[in-house]
Amino acid sequence: MSTNDLPQSAGTVIIGAGIVGSSLAGELAERGRDDILLIDKGPLSDPGGSTGHASNFIFPVDHSKDMTKLTSVSRDIYRDFDTFTNSGGIEVARTEERMEELKRRVVSAKSFGEEAELLTPEEVEELVPYLNTDIIKGGFYSPGAGTCDPLRAGELYRQQAKDKGALSTAANTEVTDLHVEDGDIQAVETDAGTVAADEVIIAAGLWSPKIAEMAGVDIPLSPAVHQMVSVGPIERFEDGEGEINYPVVRDMDTQMYERQHGNDIEVGSYEHRPILWDVDDVPSIEEAPLSPTQPPLTEDAFEQSMEHALEIIPDVLDDPDAGIRHSIDGLLSVTPDGHPLLGPIPEVDGLWSCAAIWIKEAPAIAREVSKWMTKGHPDIDIVAHDHVARFDEYGETREFVKSRGAEGFQKTYGIVHPREQWQSTRPLRTSAFYNRQEDLDAEFFEAGGWERPRWYESNADLVEKYSDEIEGLQRPNEWDSRWWSDIILGEHLHMRDNVGMIGDTGFGIFDIVGDDAMENMQQLCVAEMDVDVGESAYTPVLAPNAGFVSDLTVARIGENHYRVITGGAHAGQDKTWFQNHLEGDVELIGRSSELATLGVWGPNAQELLNELAEEEMSTDTFDFAEMKEVTIGPVRVQAFRISYVGEYGWELYVPMDQGQKLWDTIYEAGQEYDIRPVGTGVYGETGRMEKSYRLMGAELEIDYNPAEAGLTFHGVKDADFVGKEAYVEAIEAENAATLCTLSVTDHAPDGGEPRFMTGGEPILDQDGDVLIDDEGRRSYVTSAGTGPSVGKHLLLSYLPQEYANEGEELQVEYFGQHYPVEVEVVGHGGVFDPEGDRLFRNDY
Amino acid sequence: MEVLTAIKRVPETGAKIVLTEDKRDIDTSSLGFTFSPHEECAVEEGVQLVEANGGNMTALTLGEEDATEQLRSAIAMGADDGLLLPTDGGEWGPKATASAIASAVEAEKTDFDLFLFGNESADTANHQVGVRVAEHLDVPCVTGVKDLDVDGDTAVAKREIPGGAEVYEVDLPAVITVKEGLNEPRYPSMRAKMQARKASVDQVEPEPTDDGLELLELEVPETDDSPADILGESPEAADEVVDVLEELEVL
Amino acid sequence: MVLSLVEHDSGAVDDNSLEALTLARSVADDAGEALEAIAFGPEAEGVADDVGAHGVEVLNVVDHSDLDDYTPEAYARAVIQCAEETGTEAVVAPGTDRGSEILAHVAAKLDETMAAEVTDVEVGDTYELTRQRWGGTLIEHAELDADTNLLTVAPNEISTSGTGDGPADVSAFTPDLEDSDLRVRLTEVEESDVEGVPLAEARVVVSGGRGTDGDFSEIEDLADHLPNTAVGSSRAAVNEGWRPHDDQIGQTGNKIAPEIYIACGISGAVQHMVGCKGAENILAVNTDPEAAIIQKADWAVTGDLHEVLPAVSDELERRGHS
Repeated sequence: MSTNDLPQSAGTVIIGAGIVGSSLAGELAERGRDDILLIDKGPLSDPGGSTGHASNFIFPVDHSKDMTKLTSVSRDIYRDFDTFTNSGGIEVARTEERMEELKRRVVSAKSFGEEAELLTPEEVEELVPYLNTDIIKGGFYSPGAGTCDPLRAGELYRQQAKDKGALSTAANTEVTDLHVEDGDIQAVETDAGTVAADEVIIAAGLWSPKIAEMAGVDIPLSPAVHQMVSVGPIERFEDGEGEINYPVVRDMDTQMYERQHGNDIEVGSYEHRPILWDVDDVPSIEEAPLSPTQPPLTEDAFEQSMEHALEIIPDVLDDPDAGIRHSIDGLLSVTPDGHPLLGPIPEVDGLWSCAAIWIKEAPAIAREVSKWMTKGHPDIDIVAHDHVARFDEYGETREFVKSRGAEGFQKTYGIVHPREQWQSTRPLRTSAFYNRQEDLDAEFFEAGGWERPRWYESNADLVEKYSDEIEGLQRPNEWDSRWWSDIILGEHLHMRDNVGMIGDTGFGIFDIVGDDAMENMQQLCVAEMDVDVGESAYTPVLAPNAGFVSDLTVARIGENHYRVITGGAHAGQDKTWFQNHLEGDVELIGRSSELATLGVWGPNAQELLNELAEEEMSTDTFDFAEMKEVTIGPVRVQAFRISYVGEYGWELYVPMDQGQKLWDTIYEAGQEYDIRPVGTGVYGETGRMEKSYRLMGAELEIDYNPAEAGLTFHGVKDADFVGKEAYVEAIEAENAATLCTLSVTDHAPDGGEPRFMTGGEPILDQDGDVLIDDEGRRSYVTSAGTGPSVGKHLLLSYLPQEYANEGEELQVEYFGQHYPVEVEVVGHGGVFDPEGDRLFRNDY
Repeated sequence: MEVLTAIKRVPETGAKIVLTEDKRDIDTSSLGFTFSPHEECAVEEGVQLVEANGGNMTALTLGEEDATEQLRSAIAMGADDGLLLPTDGGEWGPKATASAIASAVEAEKTDFDLFLFGNESADTANHQVGVRVAEHLDVPCVTGVKDLDVDGDTAVAKREIPGGAEVYEVDLPAVITVKEGLNEPRYPSMRAKMQARKASVDQVEPEPTDDGLELLELEVPETDDSPADILGESPEAADEVVDVLEELEVL
Repeated sequence: MVLSLVEHDSGAVDDNSLEALTLARSVADDAGEALEAIAFGPEAEGVADDVGAHGVEVLNVVDHSDLDDYTPEAYARAVIQCAEETGTEAVVAPGTDRGSEILAHVAAKLDETMAAEVTDVEVGDTYELTRQRWGGTLIEHAELDADTNLLTVAPNEISTSGTGDGPADVSAFTPDLEDSDLRVRLTEVEESDVEGVPLAEARVVVSGGRGTDGDFSEIEDLADHLPNTAVGSSRAAVNEGWRPHDDQIGQTGNKIAPEIYIACGISGAVQHMVGCKGAENILAVNTDPEAAIIQKADWAVTGDLHEVLPAVSDELERRGHS
């Protein structure tokens, strides 16, 4: 029980006083919240969670732009609190493969604006003389890396909020229940009393699922062990001042790190087998000998790590006076995809999640979440990949979280390919077409939990058939061709020549229904929503600052009935956004699991479908983007004349239970046209890239506005909508950058293996300097993909206005090499069929 | 010099002990295991004596197979050998434990000069295994020792008493049970720890015997968690503090 | 008959022995047996009044030239012979170093069960007893079924009460000893060079932990201002090398029983609290109002001990206590 008196009510209750909860308190107070209560069941300043045992180092470079940014801002915050020590950090490579990965990290550092360089073993030894450099090939030096003190920073954040009179804290106070009424958070019940609350944030680290459960919702994370020992005293460290005088070392190939901490060296590992806990088994503070999140070291799991540590830092570990003074299985949080769990929880208004966050990014994430709470959106994109709602409808069971968490744990220091797929708990979501696709040797990728064919091995003959067109676009380098097949190029060309069927594109589908449906849709979408029944629109959904919340397709299928279709990986986020903004007589109904989608596209699509359909399907009966019911053989479907691959044809929405029949009907009738199943390699990459279609979370994100993204073709409608003011401003203002499509003009400028970029690489001018626009934004490849119909490897990138010119010659850096590129298209419009003749079938 | 040190695997508990449902055991599902500070000193003392005088130091324990982990910890601290008297994990009383240890010692080829025990085990605190082993082996025994000197065939052992220490001089072989404070046990180095994981540990099957004390049930005592009467914040509280001292009549 | 072992200092009964007597008395009452005591040494007769006041009918005094110095096995032999001669149903000893050691030898020599750290006994066909494990953080209920029930009593757990009316009858007892019984003998008592009151006997204990940051000067100064006061420390402070182990209070250190325990900069880990649970009162000084020690203390001052203690010393001086 607390020695503090608990207030009867609070505007904002934050549950959890680790670095995340404490930062939230400070940041929310900064943004005007003035009645915050911070509760923790543990004592302050170390309530016993993961913050208390973290190794506290900050390596800023990540392959994700947003993570790099969040880490960099967090470092600034720690520095402002005088809780950051700039020790530098080195990632060392024991293998050639890792050296290649380190080159890729330098590329990411350049893309996202962090200082970094490669070091020879000798250079590593100069910085860390106790390292055994005989066994390393080199290192990646991050001079901006360092260590922080999150407990102290948390104290200062709390103090800051208290000084404003905005915060009270209740330590040693355990939350026992959350009160929810009609989908709204009402109060937080604790062992010291009940507090009525307008909004509640769960920032309880690995206990978050337990708290969420009290409100009947899920925060899908699992406690997992990260082993750490501390060895000392070490004579070499005795003369140094402060806690660290040498760069932190990450021994990447053994998934370990070694850092000085005073007279000790801390040796941490992510190498050991995944050891996942059930949150219910984590002991209470009273029950735990050390701390709830510091159970004793599982010795056998650490054996290999000891060997590896002794290999790389024998000099300090064999100090005759040094012994293992401290050893723990430190518990931290893992999630199914390794990303944090942030944002409003879909099912309960006023309930937020802020969990599964590393020390290195915590203050910045808290800052962004506090903006999200106070002004409706963050300024760094923590929505696309980090929104807690992304696991909505499928990814919240304990088994799923644990198996994915275990798999992800092993990737902590791994070399993770940008296209790499998860392996565990698959298949989970399968559509009505799954069995047929499997029979055709589909290679499945996963999105939003759905199994989606990336390509079909049964189409291998197409590679031979199109060998002339494909010549020069095949990828000889193993890295470039990983999670890739030339068959994708064959499928692509076959579809453009003939007809292809793309089964289940894993959409998120939900209906907005009610008397006020139209007004709500108007308010949320940029495109005009007061359209005829049967009409549809592709539309951006904007935040108040005109940053992208989503891009999606909306069809009006009834007077008071809209169908929203969005990317499968983005379904939960979009649902939550709509749900939280709906007003009046209107409701949202999820449809993702009820409807299967089959796209039939290509020059022969019309002829084929007309053989089967009772109704005529043609440009005469279907306007572009029109959706209406047709009957295909025995199956009634909603046919939608639209395409993400730039081809004439229809998306057919069919009830899941009749999906297989639809597939069979079309596939059988299609044999005379040599119809081929086509994978999302075409749908999501080659087809879309040729058309320069934007992807949410890649091109469409918070840093760039719709004008810069080239998505203002809707103009400005009369009706008011979220973000309108900023949208109009963006249109009227001069772009600081514009999204351009570039092609690689030489894949092997110095001879050797031709290389094919995968995305994330920096765009350089002819001098080799990264392009930076007037707002300080750096140019990098947001998406990369081959366009077999245009015979080019294509890149999308925002370029500063002065470089956004057709024919502009620039460079891209990939694994340390520079490759010439040329601007093909500025703004909206594709390299292939730029006028959309195929899509609109103008004179085609 | 041949030293045998007996240790006991015990869970590392927190402030609040959690019992299994039948209340006959501690729920150790989220706990680690160790041996007590007294026994750490016993191991350290044995290792130091062997380092100074040559010979061998054997760590012995009676317990389930997992107790090998504690023998390895002792080996990492410098013990030369480990000897496990394996049980099925059930609790052995002090009589049975002492009898099993004494039998194992008699069966060993080594003639031990010194047997070190903790003064009492951290968990069951029976205060008697060392004494019983001494009686079995018919050798002298000193308990509660916090200072030990071995000189040839003689050991000088000191036991702390208020205001000083009792000195005992005994001939070897002897049993000495020790308390924390005897020495500063070392932290094993990482290399020693790693090598200890690979060390082989001998096993001798112990013979179970009867014990006359039968466990009925364990109970976690109620603790008074009512917060203290806060006299004030520093240093204005000095006045109140002295009031309390006066009231208690300790001045 | 129930036989209780009494330790004494020149005829003054040790507190823990009085506690043992209290428990032995209740065992004897339950069993409908007489309570006798056994004490050693030339001055043992001096305890007759005290033990009589605790219900002892007969005090067996072992006065033997070989036993002037403490010899654990011979003491044990004497206890066995005395018990056999008087037909003893139970032998009770204080759970002190000596009490435990003697009774363990008794148990071993008789090949009999011994229950240590006992706090309560219910006598029926067998003894249903309550004893402490884990330094008292866990209670064991157990059944003891033995011809001679051997019990040591957990120190500082039982409040003593006098129930008898007069001095005990003194009966001299001379054991029959063998040479081997004398092989361990107290050869010398070393005086500690540390001045002051021993922790175990102090009425006030002032102790420091990690919060001292290694500076015990204010703690020592406060102790100097108080009579019968000793300085202690937590295990953390000992591990840091700030204090000798002899000062450590806790499960593996000293168990204290002062009138008031003043814990300064000590978090209050359970292993520490086990050592001071015999204290009548606890006053905590800690910067952290949420520290565990505050939950366990009777009074607390939240603040830095380096500021609070000098102020208390000053106040003591001002009121003329020094």
